[in-house]
Amino acid sequence: MQCVVTGGNVKVLAKAIHSLSRIGDELYVEPQEDGVSFSLQLTVFLCRYSIPDGRNFRCKIAIKSVQSVFRSLATLEKTVEKCHIELNEQKDRLTFTLHCKHGLLKTHNLSYQDSESLQAVFNKDTCTNEFRAQPRVLVDTVAHFPPSLEEVTVTVSDERMWVRNHVEDETERSKAMLTELCLASDEFDHFVVKTPNSVTFCLKEFRGLLVFAESSNLPVSMYFDEPGSPVVLSVTDGVLEGNFVLATLSDDPSLPKNKTGSIAHAPPSPPPDDFMNDDMDSYLIAMDTSVASGPSTAGPSASTLTDPCTSKLPEANHRTRTHSEEEEEEMEDGSERPPNKKFRSLFFGSVFPPSPKMSTQPVTTQEVLASDSEDES
Amino acid sequence: MPLSTQSQDDEEHYVLVASLDNARNLSNILKAITFKDHAVFTATPNGLKVTVEDSKCLQANAFIQTEIFQEFTLKEDLVTFQINLTVLLDCLNIFGGNAVAGTSTALRMCYKGYGYPLTLFLEEGGVVTVCKINTQEPEEPMDFEFCSTNVTNKVILQSESLKEAFSELDMTSDVLQITMSPSQPYFRLSTFGNSGNAHYDYSKDSDMMELFQCTMTQTNRYKMSLLKPSTKALALSCKVSVRTDNRGLLSQQYLVRNDDGQICFLEFYCCPDEEVEEE
Repeated sequence: MQCVVTGGNVKVLAKAIHSLSRIGDELYVEPQEDGVSFSLQLTVFLCRYSIPDGRNFRCKIAIKSVQSVFRSLATLEKTVEKCHIELNEQKDRLTFTLHCKHGLLKTHNLSYQDSESLQAVFNKDTCTNEFRAQPRVLVDTVAHFPPSLEEVTVTVSDERMWVRNHVEDETERSKAMLTELCLASDEFDHFVVKTPNSVTFCLKEFRGLLVFAESSNLPVSMYFDEPGSPVVLSVTDGVLEGNFVLATLSDDPSLPKNKTGSIAHAPPSPPPDDFMNDDMDSYLIAMDTSVASGPSTAGPSASTLTDPCTSKLPEANHRTRTHSEEEEEEMEDGSERPPNKKFRSLFFGSVFPPSPKMSTQPVTTQEVLASDSEDES
Repeated sequence: MPLSTQSQDDEEHYVLVASLDNARNLSNILKAITFKDHAVFTATPNGLKVTVEDSKCLQANAFIQTEIFQEFTLKEDLVTFQINLTVLLDCLNIFGGNAVAGTSTALRMCYKGYGYPLTLFLEEGGVVTVCKINTQEPEEPMDFEFCSTNVTNKVILQSESLKEAFSELDMTSDVLQITMSPSQPYFRLSTFGNSGNAHYDYSKDSDMMELFQCTMTQTNRYKMSLLKPSTKALALSCKVSVRTDNRGLLSQQYLVRNDDGQICFLEFYCCPDEEVEEE
């Protein structure tokens, strides 16, 4: 296998390698029909490409070795004219040859290990939810999360996307700081939701991709179906296509579940950005009622909660969408979540048991407290 | 000026007096060879030579010719002493190491001879400091017997391109292999590290190559640890000459321009690793 990368594409390849190094330690190199794939999961289309036999071959190489070939991005841009990549199976070597200015030739012979062909099973075209945004939008979003955060949950409705930090344990959830951001569909270049849903995936890998996308100024596309199926993040320009396939948590009780997948079960759609209606009273009463009419707090079954809310109190639900503007954290769609829990963390320190008696309480007189540390009873 | 108030007697006793308006013209060059604490100073009518050695395998020499000094008085043909180079540099930078625009430290270096300390008079902005540094019995520097008649291969390169190569060298490699040949690959630097090997090839037709005189194909390996000190000299230099002799001994000569545009030389000799492959 031999291929040549010329000119500015060498820098793109180098940036891609550096970006991948933030995600993993090993690089899988696989010649394909139309390019060489450096996974996870990056496919580079090159100018000239030849493969002597069509045999399927894949090798594994420590990413630090490849990074040492493209060490300094600044000098790369100034001095490298082209990069020649050759796979020599007999000698077990992957050779990168950089042709630089002033007649300087840099040759790196890297040893690799054979590896089985790994292909993540995914098909972007069949995903029901599809988004595309400028990298800046997403970079600004993830900037709000601490660097140590492992996973984020992305929830989508037909008009909005919420991004919040994922907290593993139920018990920890009450003690942890929850950060949530809401992006309206107009912040995206493309926003299609056929299956309102939530997925949880690794933030570290996401950040790595965003670094690459931002430095290359490429929009980021996101595709997913449902929790358990992978989320695919994609960046592409004419020459290069990068697909990052991230696994998602398959079952998370805290995530809103959409049993039927139809829009009927989606949150009731109010006038989207109507934050002017600041009627706390009705809101509180509405929430209270929705708690009372639902099942016990133990097993949140979103659809059963949704129906009473939707059918009995459409107006109240409309108000659930309003927010006091000083609240930094946007209220998630209450009808799809165990409402009392969410409710508690945003407005009140006390727990609202599912009792009809509560609806008569003058809730407005209660103090607005930060989330308390009591367990939900 | 305070420095001129020295008594006439003292002046007569000094076997060596060297003055510089800008002490950096000496300290910058000496910084490039400070890989060991001690150095041997040798003063001859040609100027000052400072030698640093490591384990009899590596020797560095800094040459500061008489013309660089504002005053250079030598009462004997050869004056030599050993001194702690780190201490000397600390003294030369006593007014602060960082260069402040428009100011410079003036230096007057005086030596009375065997057994006497080296006296430094340093002045900046009207403030004078006097430093006396003890000298030691000079050790005889190694004579590698490297002479131009035994030189088999020689190249002169512009430092810019070598700087880039050296900054990228795989430091997990124990050795740096240098291949010089009248045919391909002409001038090659190779490393053998954990992830594989790497080669940096300089074509003889490269515009960075100022001189290319190779008579035979030679491949020699040198310990990376012995070549590392020369990277400081490379950083200061604008040109470098690389020569090997029939024994594979490596000679690197660096041309350095000081603050005033004057030329000084740095020279490194390095012994090859035991197995010398000569093709």
